[in-house]
Amino acid sequence: MVDATASNTELSGPRGRKPRRALSRRNIIIYGLLGMFCLYYALPLYVMIVTSLKGMPEVRLGNIFSPPVEITFEPWVKAWSEACTGLNCDGLSRGFWNSVQILVPSVILSIAVASVNGYALINWKFKGSDIFFTILIFGSFIPYQVMLYPIVIMLREAGIYGTLWGLILVHTVFGMPILTLLFRNYFSSLPEELFKAARVDGAGFWGIYFRIMIPMSLPIFVVAMILQVTGIWNDFLFGVVFTKPDLYPMTVQLNNIVNSVQGVKEYNVNMAATMITGIVPLVVYFVSGRLFVRGIAAGAVKG
Amino acid sequence: MSDVSIDIKELSLSFGATEVLKKMDLAIGKGEFLVLLGPSGCGKSTLLNCIAGLLDATDGQIFINDKNVTWAEPKDRGIGMVFQSYALYPQMTVRGNLSFGLKNQRMAKADIEKRVARAAEILQIGPLLDRKPAALSGGQRQRVAIGRALVRDVDVFLFDEPLSNLDAKLRSELRVELKRLHNRLQNTMVYVTHDQIEALTLADRIAVMRGGIIQQLASPHVIFNKPSNLFVAGFIGSPAMNMLNGTLSGTNFSLGSETVSLVGYDANVGLQDGTCILGVRPEHTKIHQEAGEGRFVATVDIDEPMGSDSLIWLSCQGQTVSVRTGAEEHYKIGSEVYLSFDASRASVFDVKTEQRM
Repeated sequence: MVDATASNTELSGPRGRKPRRALSRRNIIIYGLLGMFCLYYALPLYVMIVTSLKGMPEVRLGNIFSPPVEITFEPWVKAWSEACTGLNCDGLSRGFWNSVQILVPSVILSIAVASVNGYALINWKFKGSDIFFTILIFGSFIPYQVMLYPIVIMLREAGIYGTLWGLILVHTVFGMPILTLLFRNYFSSLPEELFKAARVDGAGFWGIYFRIMIPMSLPIFVVAMILQVTGIWNDFLFGVVFTKPDLYPMTVQLNNIVNSVQGVKEYNVNMAATMITGIVPLVVYFVSGRLFVRGIAAGAVKG
Repeated sequence: MSDVSIDIKELSLSFGATEVLKKMDLAIGKGEFLVLLGPSGCGKSTLLNCIAGLLDATDGQIFINDKNVTWAEPKDRGIGMVFQSYALYPQMTVRGNLSFGLKNQRMAKADIEKRVARAAEILQIGPLLDRKPAALSGGQRQRVAIGRALVRDVDVFLFDEPLSNLDAKLRSELRVELKRLHNRLQNTMVYVTHDQIEALTLADRIAVMRGGIIQQLASPHVIFNKPSNLFVAGFIGSPAMNMLNGTLSGTNFSLGSETVSLVGYDANVGLQDGTCILGVRPEHTKIHQEAGEGRFVATVDIDEPMGSDSLIWLSCQGQTVSVRTGAEEHYKIGSEVYLSFDASRASVFDVKTEQRM
């Protein structure tokens, strides 16, 4: 004890961890800005949720920031099953199921093809594989609008214009450049010696793909899934161009509900419809946000 | 059946315009431990990948056990390979790693079990069989990687710098283990390394490579004591061989005004008069306190004690010389001493051709 106190008195001046002030200028700026941006993005969401829970009389009062006096879920029910688009009055539910039918095969197909593409481009280099890749990437720089009409003709000639499968094909093709790039970069970051070892062990193209590559690539598959789910779910242009009214995806239907010119504008129903449409991407982000960042980082390291 | 295991004939490989291997001929005997040694970029790993079938040759042929395998797939060549980064499949257990190749051959389950058990016994990795590679230490991982080659029950093992990722202590342990393994299995092993200690300790024969060409192919003893050219002489040995520029007339090598006799020199082709380079290893140079016949005067620059011995750096007529001495000998920096060389263990190189005379 004597020794310890002695050594304590010997050490004068700064010692140990440097103290930090909580309210430094730096912290005020950082947290102030963060708070501002947070408000900027959260406020519209707040207004939407609040409005969608009000009845029409309350909406007409015009206090858009005030919370609902009487909470009602009627607008949500109406948006889902009663709102009218054109002649049909069965709400967003039909569009929702259309979107699901478009989404699931498109996501699976595009990821399956793109991952095999990326794997072949890195590990099974063939003559002209680099040129092939360059052309593929170049495809992502061409504006969609330029290709709309030629694709309409191609789909018509193939006999699938206006069908769900036509739209699925379009989504698969247009997802190809960015997904292939993503997978190629990720696979190139896996050690090449693993691939060599698997070849010595007698695994073939598909054996290595399924038993070595896929089990090591969960993060990038999640990233690709998120990209595709949100991208395809939010797509409006392709949905409107390549399908018929019966098969319109949810986004197109939402537009038709919100932009209908007849009757009273039911803001609460519109807000509810928009929330319902946005739920799928929102859930995907919330559930897999952390995996997403990790996968993007992993895929972006190597070019 | 001949006693040649791997026969490489006029093998060339180029990536675009760069030639990595140039018309290489190499015959590796059955049960031989051959080490490919060279600086990075000399083509040694490329040659190994060609033997494994992971790279296609531009020209030439490869025979393994008298079978032309130039166009064969890696799995059909009867080889096992061990990589520097271990290359274990991370999502499989050790057992899964060992049996992956056998499953691909559609071998019966009971046979796979037997093979895995035998490999685990040889390499003493039995308790690790149900672990994932991430839960293993570096040495254990490399043992599993060797096991993966072992279970294939092949005649030829290929090692691509297998010990380079390990720390010094583990490296020397596994080196001994590899030698023991070779003694037990008696199969052909081709081993790529840039570490000359590994090469000298393990090899039956060493092939020293540079620029895609084998500079010398000989036993470690010959490589060390009679390097065929300046490159091999400089590459092998740590510290490097002392190189003294001087002139030769008859058997007398002169450096400035002083002369040393090279009687007893073990020549390759015979000494020729003219300017030449005398190469003497630090181990074969002696320091004397007094002047004498055939001794060069030198000044002590640095004394490096290394525990078991000491390395003395001296300057001798403007050229640097290192000498390995006993740890108990000490020399004052700046003091004048006298050097003598062992002529029978020296090498004399032609200045122009860089070949040993």
